[in-house]
Amino acid sequence: MADKNVFDYAPAPESRAVVDIRSSYGLFVGGEFVDPVGGRSFKTISPATEEVLAEVSEASEHDVDLAVKAARKAYTRVWSRMSGRERSKYLFRIARILQERSRELAVLESLDNGKPIKESRDVDVPLAAAHFFYYAGWADKLEHAGFGPDPQPLGVAGQVIPWNFPLLMLAWKIAPALACGNTVVLKPAETTPLTALLFAEICQQADLPPGVVNIVTGAGGTGRAIVAHEDVDKVAFTGSTEVGRLIARTVAGTDKKVTLELGGKAANIVFDDAPVDQAVEGIVNGIFFNQGHVCCAGSRLLVQESVADEVLERLKRRMATLRVGDPLDKNTDVGAINSAEQLAKIRQLSEVGESEGAERWSPACDLPSHGFWFPPTVFTGVSQAHRIAREEIFGPVLSVLTFRTPTEAVEKANNTPFGLSAGVWTDKGSRILWTAEKLRAGVVWANTFNKFDPTSPFGGYQESGYGREGGRHGLEGYIR
Amino acid sequence: MLKPVTPPPSSTAATAPSPAEPADLPVHLAEATGSDAALRRFLHGLPGVDQVGAEARAASLGTRSIKTTAKEFALDLAIRMVDLTTLEGQDTPGKVRALCAKAVRPDPADPGCPSVAAVCVYPDMVGTARQALGASGVHVASVATAFPSGRAALDVKLADTRDAVEAGADEIDMVIDRGAFLAGRYQQVYDEIVAVREACGDAHLKVIFETGELQTYDNVRRVSWLAMLAGAHFIKTSTGKVQPAATLPVTLVMLEAVRDFREATGRMVGVKPAGGIRTAKDAIKYLVTVNEVAGPDWLDPDWFRFGASTLLNDLLMQRTKMATGRYSGPDYFTLD
Repeated sequence: MADKNVFDYAPAPESRAVVDIRSSYGLFVGGEFVDPVGGRSFKTISPATEEVLAEVSEASEHDVDLAVKAARKAYTRVWSRMSGRERSKYLFRIARILQERSRELAVLESLDNGKPIKESRDVDVPLAAAHFFYYAGWADKLEHAGFGPDPQPLGVAGQVIPWNFPLLMLAWKIAPALACGNTVVLKPAETTPLTALLFAEICQQADLPPGVVNIVTGAGGTGRAIVAHEDVDKVAFTGSTEVGRLIARTVAGTDKKVTLELGGKAANIVFDDAPVDQAVEGIVNGIFFNQGHVCCAGSRLLVQESVADEVLERLKRRMATLRVGDPLDKNTDVGAINSAEQLAKIRQLSEVGESEGAERWSPACDLPSHGFWFPPTVFTGVSQAHRIAREEIFGPVLSVLTFRTPTEAVEKANNTPFGLSAGVWTDKGSRILWTAEKLRAGVVWANTFNKFDPTSPFGGYQESGYGREGGRHGLEGYIR
Repeated sequence: MLKPVTPPPSSTAATAPSPAEPADLPVHLAEATGSDAALRRFLHGLPGVDQVGAEARAASLGTRSIKTTAKEFALDLAIRMVDLTTLEGQDTPGKVRALCAKAVRPDPADPGCPSVAAVCVYPDMVGTARQALGASGVHVASVATAFPSGRAALDVKLADTRDAVEAGADEIDMVIDRGAFLAGRYQQVYDEIVAVREACGDAHLKVIFETGELQTYDNVRRVSWLAMLAGAHFIKTSTGKVQPAATLPVTLVMLEAVRDFREATGRMVGVKPAGGIRTAKDAIKYLVTVNEVAGPDWLDPDWFRFGASTLLNDLLMQRTKMATGRYSGPDYFTLD
């Protein structure tokens, strides 16, 4: 009866018409968009097509100085004097506008970042709004947060965020800072500035007092200027361990407070009694979510040797159903790699993996001819000594290692300079607790992976950084 | 422990539908069915199902966006997979004949509209349905074995089954003894399925679990394997008489089971969610799940069915909307 049982999903693109991208953007300083002093600019492109989306200003040291001055003025004259209750009203208002404009933000995020619309729509934007809602609730209760009877804000916070979750990382940074009474100068990543600039419009829409939030766009130089600025009281950074080290060096000897959220090489440990189908989902979600551009990605799969073949077989079958392609298509599971530079890094490390003797596998998939793409990839036969088991690839590349006993699993999982996150898969509750207790990682997920919630603190051990973001703990970095 | 199953080389031949024969099971599976203890060891040795993860996976499959040509394909396929059902105390020959007419030509206004897969009735209505359907190609399915509770002696259940088969049923939808399953008397459940399968003769056997009563996904996975080992041609979620009836996560777990069973044995078993699927939108979510979990081989009325009554009209309305660009009111579609 059936000619062919082929259920081809027709393209289901989300409309671009919901978002209005300007041809060029200034810097958001003192509540207004202003031209940069030096007049320099750069282009931001869609990594899926390499199409130029907009021209964005490059903030010089002088521009950063103006932004910090605006933030200082807003801090001393308005924001630090305002009651927590009043501050919370603004945060609640921003949260509601984020929800109201969620579709616009999601489309813009997918365009500028390359991530699938289903992620920006179902994860990034709702979580960003949730962070503002959550910290809005803290603004008038800080004296009950456990950090002393009369906690005070720090002043001006300089914040530098990465390109993997542009709007969400902005929310992680700005919401707690503002709730505690600080003002901010924030720099989005140079490849993904657009949602931060739309957020600037949202601050205007929310009637946020001018200067409380300042957005300066630019590359590394702009970030350095923020970090080094002498009137910045607090530096918050999310990004690579390499840049994190530079920042730590820059602020050493000053009285700036610092939180760093850096790289990771998380172990996802699958024991032989794991719920196997859900574990496979968790492995996929752990490494292919957001093209693997996740600092807490489960990039090292540690699977018990007795079930390794079966888990791998199921994993490969599942990977073959992943849909790679147009980020705006609602059925896309894996989108574009964020930049040519990142793609080159992923390619290079994958080649190293092959040359070191690991076996590489990817499902058959047609990649678009334009833009930056890398297929979901798994390396088997990886050992602790391989570079792909030690270095953060920050792409859709999974390294599979095996273990024999729970002790060996924990030893291997902890044998890394990082320590941001880890996953444990087993049906046995006592084993979850035993393993989680022994893992040196800031977040340990049990029978799930890559789940985020504003009430839950997030942060790392060792080279994964210091300080916690999210939850009650996230307030600590912004008060004294 | 995960089940130590390595797919035999024969699994490549599995794409060709093969009739279920309990006798041709691989040794380690055949040995699993020797006693209560052996069945218990095997079924409880299956990998567990994490409730949160299974539900999250089903929900994410439910977000697939099926448009235009894909939607046309899915709607026609879903219509061809419907087991148009009436299982009421008030059923009469007149009602069943009307339902049969609808089954053969669901949309009188469009001769291009496919027929449904089967009409599903109580055993005493099988003769009427058989006569009404004639050579239309639409199958007659009958519930049996003291449907819906299954609370009767085995010989009563077998007589019920034989009655329906003799009256012309092509497919028998039996219910398992949920009490026995929940009490751990797996061998009894297994033996009953084997006996009913024998009583079916050439008719295909669908085994209804009533997952709303079994409650946990672990139970759903275990009972799926139990029924498949016993020779079921189809495994079916529910009678429609207990809430919750079919859900997407339950169907997902059953689809994983038939997929794994084919890997282990080379045999394909069909899946039928029944009860509670009322909209075309829901039906499409099920088809997406079939496609991505069990695989495209199951996208066929021989391997996947919807037990439903009101679903058909929503499928027809959406189908007409796809063709004409307009929604017609419910009055433009026949009641039955």
